[in-house]
Amino acid sequence: MPAPIRLRELIRTIRTARTQAEEREMIQKECAAIRSSFREEDNTYRCRNVAKLLYMHMLGYPAHFGQLECLKLIASQKFTDKRIGYLGAMLLLDERQDVHLLMTNCIKNDLNHSTQFVQGLALCTLGCMGSSEMCRDLAGEVEKLLKTSNSYLRKKAALCAVHVIRKVPELMEMFLPATKNLLNEKNHGVLHTSVVLLTEMCERSPDMLAHFRKNEKLVPQLVRILKNLIMSGYSPEHDVSGISDPFLQVRILRLLRILGRNDDDSSEAMNDILAQVATNTETSKNVGNAILYETVLTIMDIKSESGLRVLAINILGRFLLNNDKNIRYVALTSLLKTVQTDHNAVQRHRSTIVDCLKDLDVSIKRRAMELSFALVNGNNIRGMMKELLYFLDSCEPEFKADCASGIFLAAEKYAPSKRWHIDTIMRVLTTAGSYVRDDAVPNLIQLITNSVEMHAYTVQRLYKAILGDYSQQPLVQVAAWCIGEYGDLLVSGQCEEEEPIQVTEDEVLDILESILISNMSTSVTRGYALTAIMKLSTRFSCTVNRIKKVVSIYGSSIDVELQQRAVEYNALFKKYDHMRSALLERMPVMEKVTTNGPSEIVQTNGETEPAPLETKPPPSGPQPTSQANDLLDLLGGNDITPVIPTVPTSKPASAGGELLDLLGDITLTGAPAAAPTPASVPQISQPPFLLDGLSSQPLFNDITPGIPSITAYSKNGLKIEFTFERSNTNPSVTVITIQASNSTELDMTDFVFQAAVPKTFQLQLLSPSSSVVPAFNTGTITQVIKVLNPQKQQLRMRIKLTYNHKGSAMQDLAEVNNFPPQSWQ
Amino acid sequence: MIKFFLMVNKQGQTRLSKYYEHVEINKRTVLETEVIKSCLSRSSEQCSFIEYKDFKLIYRQYAALFIVVGVNDTENEMAVYEFIHNFVEVLDEYFSRVIMFNLDKVHIILDEMLLNGCIVETNRARILAPLLILDKMSES
Repeated sequence: MPAPIRLRELIRTIRTARTQAEEREMIQKECAAIRSSFREEDNTYRCRNVAKLLYMHMLGYPAHFGQLECLKLIASQKFTDKRIGYLGAMLLLDERQDVHLLMTNCIKNDLNHSTQFVQGLALCTLGCMGSSEMCRDLAGEVEKLLKTSNSYLRKKAALCAVHVIRKVPELMEMFLPATKNLLNEKNHGVLHTSVVLLTEMCERSPDMLAHFRKNEKLVPQLVRILKNLIMSGYSPEHDVSGISDPFLQVRILRLLRILGRNDDDSSEAMNDILAQVATNTETSKNVGNAILYETVLTIMDIKSESGLRVLAINILGRFLLNNDKNIRYVALTSLLKTVQTDHNAVQRHRSTIVDCLKDLDVSIKRRAMELSFALVNGNNIRGMMKELLYFLDSCEPEFKADCASGIFLAAEKYAPSKRWHIDTIMRVLTTAGSYVRDDAVPNLIQLITNSVEMHAYTVQRLYKAILGDYSQQPLVQVAAWCIGEYGDLLVSGQCEEEEPIQVTEDEVLDILESILISNMSTSVTRGYALTAIMKLSTRFSCTVNRIKKVVSIYGSSIDVELQQRAVEYNALFKKYDHMRSALLERMPVMEKVTTNGPSEIVQTNGETEPAPLETKPPPSGPQPTSQANDLLDLLGGNDITPVIPTVPTSKPASAGGELLDLLGDITLTGAPAAAPTPASVPQISQPPFLLDGLSSQPLFNDITPGIPSITAYSKNGLKIEFTFERSNTNPSVTVITIQASNSTELDMTDFVFQAAVPKTFQLQLLSPSSSVVPAFNTGTITQVIKVLNPQKQQLRMRIKLTYNHKGSAMQDLAEVNNFPPQSWQ
Repeated sequence: MIKFFLMVNKQGQTRLSKYYEHVEINKRTVLETEVIKSCLSRSSEQCSFIEYKDFKLIYRQYAALFIVVGVNDTENEMAVYEFIHNFVEVLDEYFSRVIMFNLDKVHIILDEMLLNGCIVETNRARILAPLLILDKMSES
C-alpha cells in the first residue's frame, strides 16, 4: 500500500475541488484510504492519517472512527504522535463519548512525565475536555503541578484548575493553599492565569471571596502588580503598542471589580490605582481604550467615590465622540449599564447619544435607541420624541416594533398634554402601523376613552388617516373602534381643536364597508369594522336601514367570527330592538390598567385588575392549538364558549398553563388576569359579573339548599362528584364544587380537570386545591366551577381529565348529562 | 470566556475552527455559515462587534481572511480584539508565508495561547518555544 499522502497534499487537493460534490468525493476516497490504513495498524503513518482526519472533521465530515486511533497515538512514546493524539482528542472527543475515559490513565502518566512539554500537553487536554470523573481523579496531580517552579507548567496548571473547579466545584478547597504564592511570580503568563484562577474561585463561592479579601490581602498585591505594570518603562517582552501587557492589566482590573463589589474597604484601597490608570493610559490606540473600558466598568461596579465616577462617565463621553465605531459601541453599552445609577451624569451626554441614532451601523443604532428610551424624562420628552419619531421613520424593520412600543411607553409616562399624546400615537400608527405590537391596540383604545374631551378631535384625525389608506391593521382597528363609538361627534362636526370636517353618515359607512370588503383587512379588523357599523345604528339617525342591510349580508359570511357577530346583531334588530340602544351605549371610562411593556426598556408593572369586558376586542390572531380544537369540536363546533380560568394570587403555575394551552385563544401569561372574552352581545348588560366573582370568594351566603349532588364520572378508580349551590340573588348562576377521589392503590399525580359548556352558558373555573389525588380515598381534590346560565337551558358539560397513574399518563373525555333539574331551572 | 475561534476566507470557507464549548457537528456548519454571512455583509465602516443569538462576535479582517471569535457576555470586547491581532502577529512570525497548509501547527499555536476559552500566554517568544523544539525534534 503506497504511503498515505501528507496533510499538505490533502489540503491542496481539496482546495482544487470546484463543487461540493467533487469535494465530498475526494474526502470519501481519502477516508476509505485512511480507514484501511488504520486497520493495518500501521504505526508510522498513523499520525499523518489522524491529522488528515482532523482536517476533514473541521470541514464537517464525520470522523468518529478516528477516536480510538487518537488514543493509540496518545499512548505512544513519540512526541509528534502524542501531539497529534491529544489534538485529536480535544477536537473529536468530549464527555459524551465513553471512549474518553480511556484517556485518563494516559493523562495521568503524562502528567508525571519527565519532559515538560508532554506534561503541558496533558494539562492542556485535561483542561479542555476533562469530564467530572477525570477531573476528580486527576485533581491531585494538577494541584501538584500548580506548585512547581516551572512557569511553563504552572500557567497551564492554573487554567486546568479552573476547568476542574468548573466541573467539580467541591474541589475548590483543594487548590486554595497553592494559590498563596501564585501572585509572587515574575512570569506574566503565570500571573495572568493565576488571576483567572482567582477570579473563578471568587465568582463561584462567596466564602472564598471573603477569605481572599480579609486574609490574603489580595487587593494590595494586585494593586502593586498593576502599579508596576504602569510605571515600568518599555519592556519589549510584553509591549503592545506602547502599553505593557494590556491583557494582564485588563484581567487584574476585572478581579479588582469582583473584589471591590459591595465592599467598602477594598474599594477604598483601589481608588488611587483606578484613578491613576484612568488618567495615565494613552488613548490614541485601541489598546489604551480597552484598558480604559475595563477601568470604567470597574469604577461603576465598586463603591467608588463620586469624583471617580464622574471621571468614568467623562471617559465614556469622550469615547462617544471618538470616530472609531468599536469604541462608540462599547461606550453606549457601558452607559446603558450605568444609566440606572448615575442618571444625571449620563443626561449630560444626551445630545451625543441622540446623534448616534443616525449612525449607519446597526449595533450602534440599537444601543443608542435603548439608551435614548432610558434617558427620556419629563423635561426632555418633546425634544426626544421628535428625534425618536424621526428615527422610527428611517430605521430598519427589525427595530420598528421595539421602537414603537418604547415610544408608547414613554409617551404614556411623560406626556405633557393629552393632545400631544394622541398626536404622537397617531404619528406612530401612520408611520409604523404594521409593526405595532398587538397589545398596543387595546391600550390605545383605553387611552382614547379616557381622554374624554379629545374624543371629537381624535375621531376626526383617525378618520382622515384611514380615508386614504386602510392597509395598516392596528391603525384601522383603532380607527374603526373610535368611529363606532364617537361617530356622532364626527358627523356633527363639533371639533374644537382643529378645523371640523364635513362628513355625512353615508361617507362614514362607505369607509367602514370598504374596510370590510378589502382584501388587506384581517378577520380581526373586519370584526372591529362590523361592530362599529352596528354601534352606529344607535348613533346615526338616517342610515339605519343601510346598516341593517350590511349586517344581514354578513350573516352568511364564510368567516365564522363575522358570521356569529352578524347573526347576533341581526337578532338584536329583530327580536331585541328595545334593548339595542341600551346595549350599544357609549363605553364608560375604563379603570386605568397598568400595562406590560417591552421589558428590556423599562421596569414593568404586572397586569392588575383586568379591564371590564369589552364587546369587541380582538382575539389575538390565529392561534387555536390542535388540542383546543379537539375539545371545542366535541361539543359541536360553533356553540362553545371557552373557559376563563381565573387566578387568585398563589396558584400552581402548571395547572393554569395546561388549561390555557388547551383553550387557546386567551391572552394570558404566567401572571394572568382574565382576558376580555369575545362575548356575545347580550352579555354587555352585566359586565362586571365575573369580576365580582374574582374579588369575593365564590360561595354565596344565601344558598338554596337541597340540590342533589351527582357522580359525574367514575372510571378506572377515579370518581368525580358534583355538588351544587345556587344563589337567590342571582338565579342564573350555579356554583358547582367538584370532588375528585381515587380508590386505587396508587396516587394520581398532575391531575388536571378541564371543562367546556355549550355556547349559551358561561363557565368559570377556579384553581384546584391540589394536583394529586391520594390513593385509597384518603383525600380529595376540590375545585369550584361557576356556570352562568341566563337562558335557563339544560346544563350539559364535557369534561377532560389528565393525570399520571402507575407511571403512565392517562387522559379521558366524558360528557356529563345527568345534571339535576334544580341546578339549572 | 471564549466560545469559539474561527478563521474564514472571503468565500465563506472555514480554514480553522476551534470550539471551547461542545456544539453538535451539524450545528457547527450552520453556525459557521451564519456567522460568516453576518461578518461578510458588514462594510469596513461598521463596528467590529456583532450580537448573535446569545453571544457576541468579534471579528477582524486581514486581507482575504476573517478571524471571528465568539465570546459570552463577560468578556471585554476590545481586549479580545487586541488578542486577535496578537495571534496574527504570532502566526506571522512563525510562518513567513502561506499558513494554511500547516493546519496542525496553527492548532498548536492556538492551544498555547488559549486554554479552555481563556487567554494563557501572549508573549510571542514563549508561545513559539515549544513549537521550535518540536520542529528541531522532527528534523533530527
